[in-house]
Amino acid sequence: MAQTSSTGGRQFDIGKIAKDLVFTALIAVVIFGSTITFRTVSAEGGLALVSRYDIAFYVIAAVVAGRLLLWIFFWSRVPVRKEEKKTTLKERTTALREKLGKGFAPVLLIFAFVFPFLPFVDRYLLDLSILILTYVMLGWGLNIVVGLAGLLDLGYVAFYAIGAYSYALLAQYFGFSFWMCLPLAGILAAFWGVILGFPVLRLRGDYLAIVTLAFGEIIRVVLLNWYQFTGGPDGISGIPRPSFFGLPFRRGEGNFADFFGLDYSSTQRIIFLYFLILALALLTNFVTNRLRRLPIGRAWEALREDEIACRSLGLNTTAVKLTAFATGGMFAGFAGSFFATRQGFISPESFTFIESALILAIVVLGGMGSQIGVVIASVAMIGGFEIFREAEQYRMLIFGLAMVIIMIWRPRGLISTRIPSIFLKKRKAVSGDMVAQGEGH
Amino acid sequence: MSVDIENPFLTVEHLNMRFGGLLAVDDLSFDVGGRDITALIGPNGAGKTTVFNCITGFYKPTEGCITAHHPDGKKYMLERMDDFKIPKTAKVARTFQNIRLFSGMTVLENLMVGQHNPLMVASNFTFGGIFGLKGYKDAEREAVELAKYWMEQTGLTKRADDAAGDLPYGDQRKLEIARAMCTRPKLLCLDEPAAGLNPRESDELNRLLLFIREERDTGILLIEHDMNVVMGISDHIIVLDYGKKIADGTPEEIRNDPSVIAAYLGVGDEEVDEVEQEIVEGAGQ
Repeated sequence: MAQTSSTGGRQFDIGKIAKDLVFTALIAVVIFGSTITFRTVSAEGGLALVSRYDIAFYVIAAVVAGRLLLWIFFWSRVPVRKEEKKTTLKERTTALREKLGKGFAPVLLIFAFVFPFLPFVDRYLLDLSILILTYVMLGWGLNIVVGLAGLLDLGYVAFYAIGAYSYALLAQYFGFSFWMCLPLAGILAAFWGVILGFPVLRLRGDYLAIVTLAFGEIIRVVLLNWYQFTGGPDGISGIPRPSFFGLPFRRGEGNFADFFGLDYSSTQRIIFLYFLILALALLTNFVTNRLRRLPIGRAWEALREDEIACRSLGLNTTAVKLTAFATGGMFAGFAGSFFATRQGFISPESFTFIESALILAIVVLGGMGSQIGVVIASVAMIGGFEIFREAEQYRMLIFGLAMVIIMIWRPRGLISTRIPSIFLKKRKAVSGDMVAQGEGH
Repeated sequence: MSVDIENPFLTVEHLNMRFGGLLAVDDLSFDVGGRDITALIGPNGAGKTTVFNCITGFYKPTEGCITAHHPDGKKYMLERMDDFKIPKTAKVARTFQNIRLFSGMTVLENLMVGQHNPLMVASNFTFGGIFGLKGYKDAEREAVELAKYWMEQTGLTKRADDAAGDLPYGDQRKLEIARAMCTRPKLLCLDEPAAGLNPRESDELNRLLLFIREERDTGILLIEHDMNVVMGISDHIIVLDYGKKIADGTPEEIRNDPSVIAAYLGVGDEEVDEVEQEIVEGAGQ
């Protein structure tokens, strides 16, 4: 080549660059010359052509200048030996990812808090985000059972149903309010988690998955057929709406809007529901993160890694499994009673196997055990469902294909690394290849 | 060498273990001293690991009595206890022939799981810990100190925050021993701790085991094929063959026991040379 000068690890092959720039200018002229230079405007008696050579010149100049900058700053680096480059690149990307990962969660959290007040947010977006947050909460709850304890649960929706029906029935028969029923629904769902836990204690692998699947179906079928108590396929309607510390969201005196001197608007209730599910989801996340750092959380993860080793260290694996089922079930119970109060009507149709599969897909897609992964996966799955609503019958096809491609690209989910619960000097993420998947995978 | 056999920590009496038609352990009785290093040796398939699994509760013996005598006078019938209660209350810990670490968890986390039971009590079975009560924080700090102590003894301090599955094989063996020691056992059962170690690593292992016996007041029962380890550090050796005990005594006695030589140790090199010489001479004549 003609001239080559090299300064500080950069190499400029001026002949090559000049040739490239001329070529770039030619392409730019061909593309923008016709599209930008000439413009038709409506004039008296038809269309008139206006030529804008100056704008076209600026655009072409910008393209050439951009290309030149790329040459100077990016394409001029002296290629490093292949092996060295590979490691440094990998290190750099992991460092970048760590940096992004640290900032990502707080940014997401702030966004979640200001979201309802953003100008473009309408009723539809609010409803959609409430739905997404419900699935985020369910995903975080199931993450305890599947991601941490490694027990594959295909009937998770049963606990969701128990929570929803607990609230609906307690409100119907005893007139309990939402805030009284919320903890009760959690306790009842946790209790049923223990009930499910006992028969599956000795089961491993596929057998565990099948029994949990059956449990989910049993609950649904009981709700469907116990007509006198649950209303069967008619469901339960007229479930009371939640109140803001005793202030209902209704028009008139003594209600929320009146008390705070606001004009009544039906979105106030929706915004309240949004913050309610946000708070419940954050509670789930906070408690899970806290539990991970306690002996019980470490025991869950140890159980996923090796059950026999757990027993050899004096861990009562029966108790460890039951607490995992109970804790996961409890959060589904909370989410269920939120679902009931939001809908105002529930029926067994809302708690079919496909719901369990969807929640499990969110957990698996997000990366088992990863909290932020569940958020990304929920937004992608539930948001994606909405985006592709117009595709109608092809929607599931598109989704199936997307899942297959993602699972080939990232077999351990979007976020596959595990963050240790305790560290001596430096918290290093553990690669997903090391982490066991537990029973039933 | 202290032979502590007069005051045994563990007594095994008339142990029988039957798998269908196979009698894997046949009327086996032996004692393990509270401050001894006791080795259980024998050819492959002699029933050594079965004995281990009976002692640590992973198998329920068909017949027999396994008793742990604690220095404070308490007695534990191990054959009647759940497997997880044996390390928890009877204070008998074990390692495995094929290493069983929590490979996706860090070295420190592995050692913390080893201290699950005291930490569980300190966190008021999670209810205190979740609100961050002070009692739990102190207990956790203590647990980290114990973990640090064992990481220092096994030379794993530098790898504390690395995944256990990332460690080289020799370090994984050591970590498994350190994790078992974190349960504060009175008897440590090691299933082939020197398998797959190079000579330098097996010397380090010898030193670690002697340290555990001397400093931590813990008896050791080990299954081993590596004679460097067995003869080098054990105080007491029990030889099994076909589920039966064929010899029981000090390393000296075992080395010279004709039945052990026939069943397991084989003849020494000099003797082979002598026999070869005789054959060569016989052929020459």
